[in-house]
Amino acid sequence: MGLTGRRQGWPVLAQVRGPDRLGRGAAARSARTARLQPRTASADRVVKSVCPYCAVGCGQEVYVRDGRVVQIEGDPDSPLSRGRLCPKGSASLQLTTGSAREHRVRYRPPHGSDWEDLDLDRALDMIADRVIETRRRTWQEHKQDGTRLRRTMGIASLGGATLDNEENYLMKKLYTALGVVQVENQARI
Amino acid sequence: MGTSFGRGGATTFPADLQGSDCIVIQGSNMAECHPVAFQWVMEAKARGAKVIHVDPRFTRTSAVADLHVPLRAGSDIAFLGGLIHHVLTQGADFREYLVAYTNAPTILREDFADTEDLDGLFSGFDPATRHYDPVTWQYEGMKVAAAAGQRDEEHDDWVRRRARAGHETQRADAMGSHGAVFGGRPERDETLQHPRCVYQVLRRHFSRYTPELVEELCGVPRELFLEVAEAICSNSGRERTTAFVYAVGWTHHTVGVQYIRTAAILQLLLGNIGRPGGGIMALRGHASIQGSTDIPTLFNILPGYIPMPHAHHDQDLAAFIAGDAGDTGYWGNMGAYTVSLLKAWWGDKAQPENDFCFDYLPRLDGPAGTYQTVAGQIDGTVKGYFLVGENPAVGSANAKMQRLGLANLDWLVVRDFSLIESATFWKDGPEIETGELRPEEIGTEVFFLPAAAHTEKDGSFTNTQRLLQWHHKAVEPEGDDRSDLWFYYHLGRRIRDKLAGSADEMDRPILDLTWEYPTEGPLAEPSAEAVLREVNGWGPDGRALGSYTELAADGSTACGCWIYCGCFAGEVNQTARRRPASEQSWVAPEWGWAWPANRRILYNRASADPGGRPWSERKAYVWWDEDQGRWTGHDVPDFEPTKHPGYVPPEGARAEEAIGGADPFIMQADGKGWLYVPSGLVDGPLPTHYEPVESPVPNPLYACQHNPVREGMARPENPYNPSGGAPGSEAFPFVFTTYRLTEHHTAGGMSRWQPYLSELQPEMFCEVSPALAAERGLEPLGWATIVTARTAIEARVLVTDRMAPLKVGGRTIHQVGLPYHWGPNGLVRGDAANELLAVVMDPNVHIQEAKCATCDVIPGRRPRGPALLALVERYRRQAQSPPGGGR
Ligand code: SF4
Ligand code: SF4
Repeated sequence: MGLTGRRQGWPVLAQVRGPDRLGRGAAARSARTARLQPRTASADRVVKSVCPYCAVGCGQEVYVRDGRVVQIEGDPDSPLSRGRLCPKGSASLQLTTGSAREHRVRYRPPHGSDWEDLDLDRALDMIADRVIETRRRTWQEHKQDGTRLRRTMGIASLGGATLDNEENYLMKKLYTALGVVQVENQARI
Repeated sequence: MGTSFGRGGATTFPADLQGSDCIVIQGSNMAECHPVAFQWVMEAKARGAKVIHVDPRFTRTSAVADLHVPLRAGSDIAFLGGLIHHVLTQGADFREYLVAYTNAPTILREDFADTEDLDGLFSGFDPATRHYDPVTWQYEGMKVAAAAGQRDEEHDDWVRRRARAGHETQRADAMGSHGAVFGGRPERDETLQHPRCVYQVLRRHFSRYTPELVEELCGVPRELFLEVAEAICSNSGRERTTAFVYAVGWTHHTVGVQYIRTAAILQLLLGNIGRPGGGIMALRGHASIQGSTDIPTLFNILPGYIPMPHAHHDQDLAAFIAGDAGDTGYWGNMGAYTVSLLKAWWGDKAQPENDFCFDYLPRLDGPAGTYQTVAGQIDGTVKGYFLVGENPAVGSANAKMQRLGLANLDWLVVRDFSLIESATFWKDGPEIETGELRPEEIGTEVFFLPAAAHTEKDGSFTNTQRLLQWHHKAVEPEGDDRSDLWFYYHLGRRIRDKLAGSADEMDRPILDLTWEYPTEGPLAEPSAEAVLREVNGWGPDGRALGSYTELAADGSTACGCWIYCGCFAGEVNQTARRRPASEQSWVAPEWGWAWPANRRILYNRASADPGGRPWSERKAYVWWDEDQGRWTGHDVPDFEPTKHPGYVPPEGARAEEAIGGADPFIMQADGKGWLYVPSGLVDGPLPTHYEPVESPVPNPLYACQHNPVREGMARPENPYNPSGGAPGSEAFPFVFTTYRLTEHHTAGGMSRWQPYLSELQPEMFCEVSPALAAERGLEPLGWATIVTARTAIEARVLVTDRMAPLKVGGRTIHQVGLPYHWGPNGLVRGDAANELLAVVMDPNVHIQEAKCATCDVIPGRRPRGPALLALVERYRRQAQSPPGGGR
C-alpha cells in the first residue's frame, strides 16, 4: 500500500468522503478489524452441553478447535434458556480452560509442612489400600444385641451435587457394597 | 413436598411460569440466583401477571416485582399461615377441587389434639425423649379389620413401629418419592362440616394467624399483607392460576420442611397443583442436586427413594418391603423396585433363594448425616473421608467444626478443580492463624486429585425441574485430571483386585458386585452411557426397559433407579434429545427426559375436573378423550393412560388399582393431596410457627419457643446464642441472614478462582440499613465485624435502604445480610459467613438453619491471631452462652 492508499484508509478521510458520515460504521473499520473472526467461526466442532453451575440447566454449545475448547456459548435451541447464559455460565470457558485449575496430583504426608508430587496411579493404589485397611479395622458385623449391621463407620464421603448422575450412581453402588453408609452431598447443606 | 403430594420434586417447570396469572416468590432471590429461569417470570409479567416478592431484603428480584413484602427472617410460616387463614375465612378456596382432590373431607381420630389445644404441641409428645408418637394423628377408621379391641391395638402398634423405623432411618427423605403409607380406607365428609374433618381442623389450627398477628410477628403491615392475600385469591380458580417459587430460603431452617408444607396447603386450597401456570417451583442450587437426591449420595436412601434398611432382628426382604410398601398407590410396587435394584447390583448372585442378596446391604441404626460425620471425625471414629466437589471448610455451618474434623482424620481425599480450603486447611486455615492448630501436629494424610470438567466427560445432570440433560464430551482432560466416573470405577476395580480370593464374609458384597463397564479412549474412561443404561434397567431379554411399570419382583428385571426407568427406552439415550424449542410447544417434551416417565407437570390429572374435562379452556392441559378412551393433552398424563375418570376401585384393590379415576395424587395411598399429613413427618401433621433457635423475640403464639423436636448438637465446638429474651440474649441483638450473588457459586469453589467473576464481585460485604449503621457507627465502605458465639468475621460495609428495619412485637429489629461465597483461598478472599452459624437442624431432613440467626455488629476489622479468640470469649461470657444448647 502506497502513501496515497494509506491516506485513503484513514478513518477521518473515509468518514468525510464515504457514506458513513458519523464515523461509527464502515469508515472506522481497519483492515485488522476486518480480518478478525469470532472464535466460534474457526472451530472445527460444536458440542452440545449443559451449564455446570446452577440447577436451571441452561444449554451450552462448546466450540472446539484442534482438540481444545475455544469458546462456550448459550444454546439457542434450549427451551429452558433460549440461548441465554448468566455471568457464571458465561464464565465457564474460564472455569474449564483457565489457569486456576490444578492439573497434577498433590500429596501431603501426615504432619507434612508442604505439598509433594505423587504419581496418579500410585495415588489410586494408596487410596485403595487406605480404604481396605480402614474398613477392616472399623468393621461392624453385628450390633451388641446381635442384629446385623455389616458396615463401617470409619469411612465417610461428602459430595455429589455437581456430579453427573452416572458418577453418583457408581459412588453409591461402590460405597454401599463396601458397607460405607456415611455418604452425603450438598442437598443437605 | 413428598409428604403433601407424593413426590419430592418441583411440581412444575420454570418455562411454565410464563402462563401464570400471579407468581409469589418467597425464600428465593430468583433474579439473582436463577437468573436465566427468571426470564419466564418476566414473560408472565409482560403478559399481565402480578409478581410478588416476599423477602427480608429488597433484592434484584424485588426491583422488578410488582410488590415487595419485607418480612422478618424466620417468620414465613406465620405469613403463609396468615394467607391460609384468609382463604379459609373468606371462603376463597376452590371448593370442587378441594373436595375431590385433597384430604380436606377426611375425618381424624377423636384423640387428636392440636397445637391450639396444647399451647404449641401436638398430641403424642414425650418430653423425656422429645419425640412424637404419631398414633393419634391418624385418620378415623384406619383399622386393620372390622373386629374391635385387639385388632385396633395392632394397627396402632403398626403405626408406632413404622414411625419409629421412620425416625431411625430418617424416613422423611424417603418421602422424596412418595407420601407415607397406611392400611384401610379413611372416612370422609364431603360437606366439610364434620368437626373432625381435616378442613375444620385446619380452620381451628390457623384461627389465630390473623392479619394482626402477621403484622406483629412478621413485621408486615396489614394493608400489604391483604394486598398479597387478595392477589392470590383473585388469581386462582377455574380460569386463573397462581404459582409459588422457593429456594433454600425456605429449606434452611429448623422448620424447613414445614415451610414448604405451608405453601403446599395454600396451593391445594386454591386448587393450583397439577395445573398450568400453577404449582410449587423448587429452585435448587446445583447443576445436579436433584439428581444427587434421586440417585442419592445420601445416607438414608437408596436410588429412587427406597429407604436404607435399618438394623432389625430377623429382617428379610419380605419384612422390609411389608414395613414400607403401602398396599395402595404406586408405592405398592416397592418389591419390584427393590428387587430390580438388587439385580442391577449383584446380578446373577442375586437369586430368590438368597433374598436377592438383600443381606448385602449395610444397616443403619441412627442418623449418619454430614454433621454426625463431622462429630465422628472430632471424636476419632471417622478416619477416612472423601470430598468430591465439596468444600465444607467454608461451605458448611460452623466451618471451624468442619476443619477440626478434617484435622483429626487419618486420611482425606479431595477431588476438585483447584486447591480449595478443605484441601489446604492444614497449612493456612484460620486455626493456624489463631495458633489453635499447628501443621506439624496435624496427622491427616491428604490426597488432592484434580477433577475433569463437564466439557471433558459424557454424562447427565438432573436440573431443578427433574429434567435429565446429557452433556457430551468435547475434549480429553489434561494431565492427571479425571472424571469421578473414572475415579470410582478404577478405585472399585483395584479394591476388588486386591481383595480377590478373600474368603472373608465381609468382602462378599464387594466381590460379588457387578462392576464390568466397557472403557474407551486413551484414559480407559468407563462408558457413561453404559452406566445410564444400567440405571434405566433391562428386561428378561436383556433389552432396555421402557417404563417402570414393566419392573417385576421375581428377579426377571434389573434397574438401578426405578424413577429413571425409561431414560434409555428403545436403547436410545433419551436424555440427549435436543429437538429445538422453536419446533415444540412450551412444554418441550422432546428436550431431554424428565422423571417420572417424561412428565413435565406432576399430578396433571388435576388440570381436568373429576369428569376429565379441563377446568377451563384457558387452563386446559391434560384431559380425557372419550372417543379414544385415553388421557391426552400437552404433556404425558401423570396417570394411567386409559383409566376412565369414573373408575371406582373394587373392594380389596391394591397398588395402582386402588387409585380411583378422579384421584390425581397417584403416589399417595389414597390418591389425594394432603393438607394434613397423618404420618411421615416427625414434627407434626400441620405446620406451626416456632421461632428460629436464635431469635430476638419470644414466640407470640405458643409457650413453645422453638420446634420442640428440632435436632441440635450439644458440643463445645457448637455453642448457641441465647435467644428470645433469655438472659444474655442482649449480647446478640440483630438478626442476620446469608445469601448468594449471581456472580458467585455457593462456597466459591467454582467462582472465586475465575478472574471474570472475581472482578464482578471482588469482596465480602455486609448489608446494613442506614439506621443500624448510625446506631453502631459503621462507615460506608469501611469495615464491620460480625460476632456470634461461634466466632467473628469481618466484611466491608454496604449501607443501604434495601435492608429495612422492621417493627416486630413493638420493637425495631435490624437485619444484616451476608453473602456466603468467600473464604481464605482463591483470587478474591474474605471471611466465610458460614463461620458464624451453629449447627441446628430440621428433624425431618437434617438440613441446618442457615437463613437466620442472631449476631452483634461492631465497627472496624476483626482482631487477628489469639486476639480473635479473646473477643469471642468475651461475648460468650457476656451471653452466658451454654456450650451446645438445643438437643
Ligand atoms: S454483568 Fe455480564 S451478564 Fe450481567 S448485565 Fe453485565 S454484561 Fe450482562
Ligand atoms: S447459565 Fe447461570 S442460570 Fe443458567 S445454569 Fe448456568 S449458572 Fe444457572
